Amino acid sequence: MIAHSVFFYIFSLIAIVSAVMVTVSKNTVHSVFFLILDFISISCLFIMIGAEFLGMIMLIVYVGAVAVLFLFVVMMLNVAEQKGQWFSSRWDGGTHIPVGLLVSLIIFFELIIVIGGWKYKPDLLDSLSINISTEVTNTRSIGNVLYTDYIHLFQISGMILLVAMIGAIVLTYRERAGVKRQSYVKQISRERDEGVDLVEAERNKGVKIDA
Amino acid sequence: MLSIGLGHYLTLAAIIFTIGVVGIFLNRKNVIVILMSIELILLAVNINLVAFSIFINDLSGQIFTLFILTVAAAEAAIGLAIIVVYFRNSDTIRVEEIKNLKG
Repeated sequence: MIAHSVFFYIFSLIAIVSAVMVTVSKNTVHSVFFLILDFISISCLFIMIGAEFLGMIMLIVYVGAVAVLFLFVVMMLNVAEQKGQWFSSRWDGGTHIPVGLLVSLIIFFELIIVIGGWKYKPDLLDSLSINISTEVTNTRSIGNVLYTDYIHLFQISGMILLVAMIGAIVLTYRERAGVKRQSYVKQISRERDEGVDLVEAERNKGVKIDA
Repeated sequence: MLSIGLGHYLTLAAIIFTIGVVGIFLNRKNVIVILMSIELILLAVNINLVAFSIFINDLSGQIFTLFILTVAAAEAAIGLAIIVVYFRNSDTIRVEEIKNLKG
């Protein structure tokens, strides 16, 4: 129990510090690295309280895909000129900082008040649908319901990913000049008349081909 | 203090959520950091769902977290594509200078 709480505090401290560093770091590449650290520590927390499958999925999806995507975009775009301009505004001299901090503090205290005061609905524990059994592993119990009870949601999320993929490709696609492409329609619809030319050739003289 | 309950996880999620909101409010630098703040907010929501799921012994929260992960990945891909297109057209992604929508 003590080890559990010690590790909880370590991981959550790392998560909070790296979340702060994501927002305040002057270099965008450093922000991405702190985001990766944040996801890793949160997935450690997930594994610690018994949601192993989600922890591993967080590692694969976020650290393996999303963070690398962020890194690619940061390095592709020219953001180096923006170093050292931390939160400063060129026009209003930074009056948005106290207002933003005030609103955020209010949001935080509202959340804390809710955490201090809530309680379960009396019949909640009777109305639970899927109990976590201790006999099978976490991954197996998720698989048992994901492909049966939640199959439609699962398919719809696959469609969402497909649409996102097509959308990203369509958004970033552009025609470049000077690139030779194969056109199947042009190839198939080519007739004999435009491909073959019959020439009367005189004897002992060559044929002049004008391109 | 030494036994970790649901409240600890909810507090952690509240702190990370607030940090994400601060990142959106105060950022005048570039849009990529705003997208990362949105990822932080979604992460805080995921922490809440997983913590409730474990502590009331119901698996639905973890399933929902899986779907939130899917949507977050799609959102990051689309958002970054939009940023790339915007940068190609106007050569900047500073938040102050993005005012084509007259907002």
